[in-house]
Amino acid sequence: MSQFLEISRLHKTFPTPKGPLTVVKDFTLHIRRGEFIALIGHSGCGKSTVLSMAAGLTDVTEGAIILAGKEVVGAGPDRGVVFQAPCLLPWFTAFENVMLGVDQVYYTASRLERRQIAEYYLSLVGLADAMHKRPAELSQGMRQRCGIARAFALSPKMLLLDEPFGMLDNLTKMELQDVLLDLWQRDQKTALMVTHDVDEALYLADRIVMMTDGPEATVGDILEVPFARPRDRRAMLENPEYYRLREYLIHFLNERSHHRPASSDQPPSPPAASAPTPAAIHRSHAPVAAGRH
Amino acid sequence: MSFLKLENVCKSFGGAPVLKEVNLSLIEGEFVAIVGYSGQGKSTLMSLIAGLTQPDSGTIMLEGKPVTGPGPDRGLVFQNYSLLPWLTVAENIALAVEAVFPAFTPAESAAHVAKYIAKVKLSHASDRLPAQLSGGMKQRVSVARTLAINPRILLLDEPLSALDALTRANLQDEISQIWQSDKKTVILITNSVDEALYLADRIIPLTLGPGATLASPITVDLPRPRDRIALNHEPEFKRLRAQITAQLLGYGAQRKQTVSRKLVLPDILPEDLDAPRVKRPPRRPSEEKRELVITN
Repeated sequence: MSQFLEISRLHKTFPTPKGPLTVVKDFTLHIRRGEFIALIGHSGCGKSTVLSMAAGLTDVTEGAIILAGKEVVGAGPDRGVVFQAPCLLPWFTAFENVMLGVDQVYYTASRLERRQIAEYYLSLVGLADAMHKRPAELSQGMRQRCGIARAFALSPKMLLLDEPFGMLDNLTKMELQDVLLDLWQRDQKTALMVTHDVDEALYLADRIVMMTDGPEATVGDILEVPFARPRDRRAMLENPEYYRLREYLIHFLNERSHHRPASSDQPPSPPAASAPTPAAIHRSHAPVAAGRH
Repeated sequence: MSFLKLENVCKSFGGAPVLKEVNLSLIEGEFVAIVGYSGQGKSTLMSLIAGLTQPDSGTIMLEGKPVTGPGPDRGLVFQNYSLLPWLTVAENIALAVEAVFPAFTPAESAAHVAKYIAKVKLSHASDRLPAQLSGGMKQRVSVARTLAINPRILLLDEPLSALDALTRANLQDEISQIWQSDKKTVILITNSVDEALYLADRIIPLTLGPGATLASPITVDLPRPRDRIALNHEPEFKRLRAQITAQLLGYGAQRKQTVSRKLVLPDILPEDLDAPRVKRPPRRPSEEKRELVITN
């Protein structure tokens, strides 16, 4: 079982006064265990809808999402979600916010062990001295750190991140990217992150999935990020290869995202991700792939 | 002689130092970007230059005259637009124009307002109220209002930070064009290294507070007009981008807590909450117990 998360032929249709609107059409993506996937696309293209379906917060119209051999139905603690807004309960401290889930998921453990789990993750995200403060006393960046700790503390099989750093300033964003990468590497989690920041995607991800514009959004292209881990931001920022990939992504967003990879009556085949090629970049242009069918 | 000169400017609030010994010197027509973290005194520095607050010590001189209060020779653009919600776009700008140019006839004033609305490409929306505008449009009104009073120096206090990436890029282009046609002196405060590299002649990092100050300026020697795509191929752009980012992240690393404590992560697995609840010891993985000491 090499595929950890299988999103197959995913469709999402919303009813509108003008009739049903297909937001996501034929979205297929396979993710290996321990992989970090970034999903990029324009605002409103449906990338958050895909994430929301993987989280079980939105129903799937057609197709299936299978996580570790089990179909995803509804939300559950096996998937940790970090939202764009930290969504903390304002009357609880950071620690109590994390404990809320920990108490549920580790209900057989002792009170001490549960405390230790929350303290461990809150310290790792840099809130060792601030964990007993309420959200109102924390900066936006610190609240988002708490959101990350809360997701990791439940030891989920999969992390789903919906533009987690979208509301932060650029410098705080970079600090939190390092916090996230550190935890991700330590716990060897599988992660799917929605972002529209090309630099963020390149720094964090193993593969970058580019989505076409909605409606009927789907996978437009997949980029394999060749940089070795652990990654050094400074070295990456000076690497010519980094700028080549960056331009490739920007080009996709500016030019190619408007075109569907295949005619809508001919479903595109799954991306070539299930058979990774050694090439640094492999393209899963559906016109090419569709020829095989 | 420098156009704007700050010498040993210090400012503290309630005994806590915010800015310490800030020295800055601008020549006329220069575009300077100040880059730093949130909450480190960037906006305080702007307020000092705008004359909205006074320094505890040190001097601020604009064209040889000390800055003692706000004035129309300095145009400030705020992050939060600061438009009057009950006035239309044209009325918001006219308010500033009539205050600064009292000798204008109503017709002159209207023509002046229309000219600057056209400059930020909002002619079609001049009769709308701020509530009927998007964030990017509101910020364009704010920029037009500031330009319309014809200030000697433009102070841009994170004008684009609240906008999405696409609108932000468009407005960066507009600011760049306006600056190139008007040749105003500009100070831009931002937290984006890319934005600073795209727009500025010099970039000055702000160190971390308490008692933040300006680090040595970095000259951006990139040809103008700058093109976002072409910059990607510029070795100098890559070098500066890496250097400034590393320098700023270095400041951030300094403020990390220095406490070290022993943390324990119990080796227990999450329970399946779909299964009926049982009273039993926690499930433990077969692997060995993880335990480590963290020093941040």
